[in-house]
Amino acid sequence: MTMSGAAQSIEGRGGFLGIPHRTAAALRHLALRGTAVVYLSLLVALPVAAVLTKGFGDGLDSFESAMARPGAWAAIRLTLWTSTIAAGINAVMGTMLAWVLVRYRFPARRLLSTIVDLPLAIPTLVTGLMILALYGPNSPIGRFFDDLGIRIVFTPIAIVIALCTVSLPLVVRSVQPVLQELDPAEEEAAATLGAGPRTTFRRIVFPAIRSAVVAGTLLTFSRSLGEIGSVILVSGNRTGKTLTAPVFIFQLTSQFRASEAAAVATLLFAISFVLVLVTTRILRTSGART
Amino acid sequence: MSTVAKRGGRSGHAGILAACLVYVGLLLVLPLIGIVWTALKPGFHIVTDTLSAPDVQHALLLTVQIAVITVAVTTFFGVIVAWVLVRQRFHGRSFLNALVDLPFALSPVTVGLACFVLFAPGGWLAPFFDARGIRINFALPSMVLVTIFICIPFTIREVVPVLEEIGVDEEDASRTLGASVWHTFRKVSLPNIRWAIAYGVALSTARSIGEIGAVLIVSGLIQGRTETATLYIFRATEERQTPQAYVVALLLAAISIVLLLAIEMFHRRQERAMSSA
Repeated sequence: MTMSGAAQSIEGRGGFLGIPHRTAAALRHLALRGTAVVYLSLLVALPVAAVLTKGFGDGLDSFESAMARPGAWAAIRLTLWTSTIAAGINAVMGTMLAWVLVRYRFPARRLLSTIVDLPLAIPTLVTGLMILALYGPNSPIGRFFDDLGIRIVFTPIAIVIALCTVSLPLVVRSVQPVLQELDPAEEEAAATLGAGPRTTFRRIVFPAIRSAVVAGTLLTFSRSLGEIGSVILVSGNRTGKTLTAPVFIFQLTSQFRASEAAAVATLLFAISFVLVLVTTRILRTSGART
Repeated sequence: MSTVAKRGGRSGHAGILAACLVYVGLLLVLPLIGIVWTALKPGFHIVTDTLSAPDVQHALLLTVQIAVITVAVTTFFGVIVAWVLVRQRFHGRSFLNALVDLPFALSPVTVGLACFVLFAPGGWLAPFFDARGIRINFALPSMVLVTIFICIPFTIREVVPVLEEIGVDEEDASRTLGASVWHTFRKVSLPNIRWAIAYGVALSTARSIGEIGAVLIVSGLIQGRTETATLYIFRATEERQTPQAYVVALLLAAISIVLLLAIEMFHRRQERAMSSA
């Protein structure tokens, strides 16, 4: 917050209608600010406003006609529960991975850290294709599960795998910096005083990283709600069964039902937005209590 | 740190490590091996055949075009936005700050839909561009626009913390000594934020090469015209031209791994520069 003071002093010297030799500085400030505002308004605010207006400009009509389509509610439900499972799995595995990367020393730790970041760079569609190659009916692993009577590709299992893969770095990268700051001396003290590893984790480590875990999990959930690239090839997109909400929006748009698509898109956005609001509220109140 | 590892039960630690390795192995390592194996199974000739096909070359060229424009725009304006957010105080600053993060919260499909709605008949911006005969939807401009939207946060979120960290002392000193604003930016500010910018460039490049959800909607999927590399993979898979799809996917995966290594290097450079400052 020392920055704001410094910035203010520059601002103060420039002034709005200050002494003549400061006017140039004030104009430059305004020009830069204007550029930033126009850039973000045109490229971010305007399109978002357009979608909201398109979906709910005539009240709930578009939304109702979209939800009257076969498989519409099923698509929303499927997206919600697969995203929930993926977020849950990555909350646990992501925290463990962050722990391993920060506290353990083993060969190939750097390599593991790089691999965890891969989903940030690899195209999501390629991730989908990777899942097809590994678990598809033509691969040894796919055949192995087929023999067991378990179908992976073109079922919700493949959707969950895809979501887990593309969102893997989110919890890890949210928890890792907090763990790095945490002094291992506290854990050692707890252990010296006779606490088992589990108690130490529950009483010492977890309270410190809880906010980061929740934030990362939310990010994972919200990312999963909108994911299409990795899902569209592996889910099979069967209406009412494996059709997810983003693919449903895509289908509506390609049938030129833009207002219905916009209504569903707004619903998805609202869900993740409300969730983020509620969770920040919960985190703040629980933080105030401790 | 190692003392903690030693004190806690060794088997417990080994279990956690093993679970992590198995998880990452199943999600990323095996699938990556799977794609290499599937792409190269028909023999190496499939690689040269696929990469010399006209539609593949066109798709790759289009992807490069979109990435270059996107990265140029988001880097240039990103630095300005970051600068304004850190160095200026004004009403609506927190709103501007929230707008920067909005692309993270939206599905790429929604982004594509938003652009489509703006320029489709009856859309807010349609009259202006239709009157001038400029095609936006189902053409390059819309594909560039959606990719820019998605890449907007990357450079800004990298540069903002660095600008906050370095403060204004050096800049003020340079200005007091009589350097012009532009000279101060080039000689004082830019060297400080260059690794953050490089990081943003690499991340935006990776993201724009891999974008699919938004371009799926605005491109109209016109083969040989608006087909990017990812859209080519999508069509080839749907049309059961699996080997070709895997070869292009392998190429994109290789490019993104190189970019990721660059990203990690830039990140380390950045941290080193910050700690020495």
